[in-house]
Amino acid sequence: MKHLIGSAFVIARRDFVATVFSKAFLFFLLGPLFPVMLGAVFGGIGAQVASEAEQPAVAVIASPADFSRIESARDRLADALDDSPVIRLVRFDREPDAAAQQRHLLESKSPAVLAVLTDALANPKLAGAVQSGGSTARQLKLIISGARAPQVEPGPEIAVTSLGRSSGSLVQERMLTARAGQFLLFFLTILLAGMLLSQLIEEKSNKVIEVLAAAVPIDAIFLGKLFAMLATSIVGIAVWSSAGAAAIAFFAKGGLATLPPPAVGWPAFFTLAVLYFAMNYLLLGSVFLSIGAQASTVREVQTLSMPVTMGQVVIFAVATLAIGAPDSPAGLAAAVFPLSSPLVMIARAAQLPGLWPHLLAIGWQLIWVVLILRLGSRLFRRSVLQSGPSRRWWRRSPKVAAKV
Amino acid sequence: MLRQAQHERIGGAFAVEAHDLVKDFGTTRAVDGISLAVPAGTIYGMLGPNGAGKTTTLRLLLGIIDPSSGSRRLLGNDRPLEAARQVGYLPEERGLYPAMQAREAIAFMGALRGLPLREGRRRADELLASHGLSDWGRKPIRTLSKGMAQTVQLLGTIIHRPRLLVLDEPFSGLDAINQAKLETLIRAEAKDGVTILFSTHVISHAERLCERIAIIAGGKLAFEGGVDEARDRLRPIVRLRTRSPDGPWRSALPASARFDGRQWEFELPLGGPEPVLKALIDGDAGIETLAIERPGLHDAFVAIAGDAAAEAMGELGGAQ
Repeated sequence: MKHLIGSAFVIARRDFVATVFSKAFLFFLLGPLFPVMLGAVFGGIGAQVASEAEQPAVAVIASPADFSRIESARDRLADALDDSPVIRLVRFDREPDAAAQQRHLLESKSPAVLAVLTDALANPKLAGAVQSGGSTARQLKLIISGARAPQVEPGPEIAVTSLGRSSGSLVQERMLTARAGQFLLFFLTILLAGMLLSQLIEEKSNKVIEVLAAAVPIDAIFLGKLFAMLATSIVGIAVWSSAGAAAIAFFAKGGLATLPPPAVGWPAFFTLAVLYFAMNYLLLGSVFLSIGAQASTVREVQTLSMPVTMGQVVIFAVATLAIGAPDSPAGLAAAVFPLSSPLVMIARAAQLPGLWPHLLAIGWQLIWVVLILRLGSRLFRRSVLQSGPSRRWWRRSPKVAAKV
Repeated sequence: MLRQAQHERIGGAFAVEAHDLVKDFGTTRAVDGISLAVPAGTIYGMLGPNGAGKTTTLRLLLGIIDPSSGSRRLLGNDRPLEAARQVGYLPEERGLYPAMQAREAIAFMGALRGLPLREGRRRADELLASHGLSDWGRKPIRTLSKGMAQTVQLLGTIIHRPRLLVLDEPFSGLDAINQAKLETLIRAEAKDGVTILFSTHVISHAERLCERIAIIAGGKLAFEGGVDEARDRLRPIVRLRTRSPDGPWRSALPASARFDGRQWEFELPLGGPEPVLKALIDGDAGIETLAIERPGLHDAFVAIAGDAAAEAMGELGGAQ
């Protein structure tokens, strides 16, 4: 075991130095800046385009007085819903040919009309590209009902005592933390663990694999490569999270303290986040390394990337089942399934107190890392190095080779 | 430091042992029942044409791959990788990281075999200096010539001072000067007590360097033993020139004797040269020249491995 760890360390050190002390690593560190910059640029352009574009509206054929009551009811609804999307209303005077007016309005491009509302207060009729039980019809029901009231009284004053957090808000906020933690873990792993697919290509293409395989066990090569990339990823994450924390402290009043608190507390949550990232990386990384080791060319690795990424997305989808119900059968099953376990457990740390399930989970995940690595290295020896006795007893006897 | 004493600690007198090794790749049998023993402290050559199974045999012996059946022992270990720190291996297909500095590459290969990195760097500097490559130590491997890169890999193979050196086609790709340097290095290591096992398809290298050889053809061991033993498989050749090509003494020559227009050539009879000599003198043959020549390893190889294998060796440089 000491020999194995020592050999793995030699491999890991070589890989880590070769990766971190390269020019390409600088681009790797700057990588997350590109989407942020693109987001800022295109977000600004998008917002401008959105503000300039006219949203479709419901044309209300009504007198100015009637429309005023309807518009007031609509504003009260919008105010209560706090900026949630409430339909836009535009008034038109009644024309002699009602059918022609309706047809004309529905074909209008400025303003773009979704539907036409006639006889709004007495006997409302809605015509257009809307469903009877749809959102537009339901909103209009409320608006018309409010507009029909002879006099709208201002609502009673409610004396509000702000107590920080209630159980309801805490559950909601912790679910938010759980989702954020889970997504971050998934995102970082999908971003970083994919590199492991191509880890053995270099050694195979420059024939170093023969030197390595003669000197150290294949397990040590796999372990070394896995830990080298984990260390590289942690360097990247340390840089990115420091920059992120600085940005939050700079832009958000109160800094990190403004984020919803997890159930196990921030220090334990951070520790667990690091551990679960490592576990998630090691688990998925060992699978990727094992799959990638079977590939002999960069093209094969690229071909494998897509199904592997899809696999990660499926695992993430499984893990999201646990949010809000970590002790449900689905939640527990996702926590036990090794590949989704870290994602589920980080969500659990946000939602439920208690550390012992995490100790159990980390132990369980470690066992699987070892098992997958062993399986991967055996597969590599058997299928790539073609080592070991043939187990296919039903095959006919081999013929003697003239050429190897 | 003389490493001869280390061999005393090896379980037996053999640094490498193989018993009935078989290796199948799918339906192809690459190695077919090879048994051999490499005495500790000797230079041992594995001869055979390309594709004979030499590399696969070496990989089996080193534990890079496991055999389909049979067993092997390396420096007394049934699991060869457990002896890896005392073994140096130069694969046929040389492998180095192109971006790595030469001294780092050598130190890295030492570290793989348990040598601390700092000590590895120190020794790498020494070795590079002794091979006239000091100026190249801090340059990336990709900037080195092929010969230099091969030297760097070879230095990486010996940096940890192994007890056993396994070299797969070490002379391949080297020019005459570097081949001579490599022969010198092999002799120096052997003098230092290191067991050397190398494969080659160039018979002259084996003839000059080896004490014992194994001849492999078609995945099978055709011969294993001393170089002299291999030569002794053939009778010495007698070349005789007389005043007249024929006479009453002619009946004393073996029936297989051939006359090429200038001289007679035949295998030395089992009874030795005396009866022939007596008949020549008594028959007044007028001996002008008489030479008894011991066959070379190439002739022995042809006799042992067969014409097809010898032809393959010849095509690939066996006649060098």
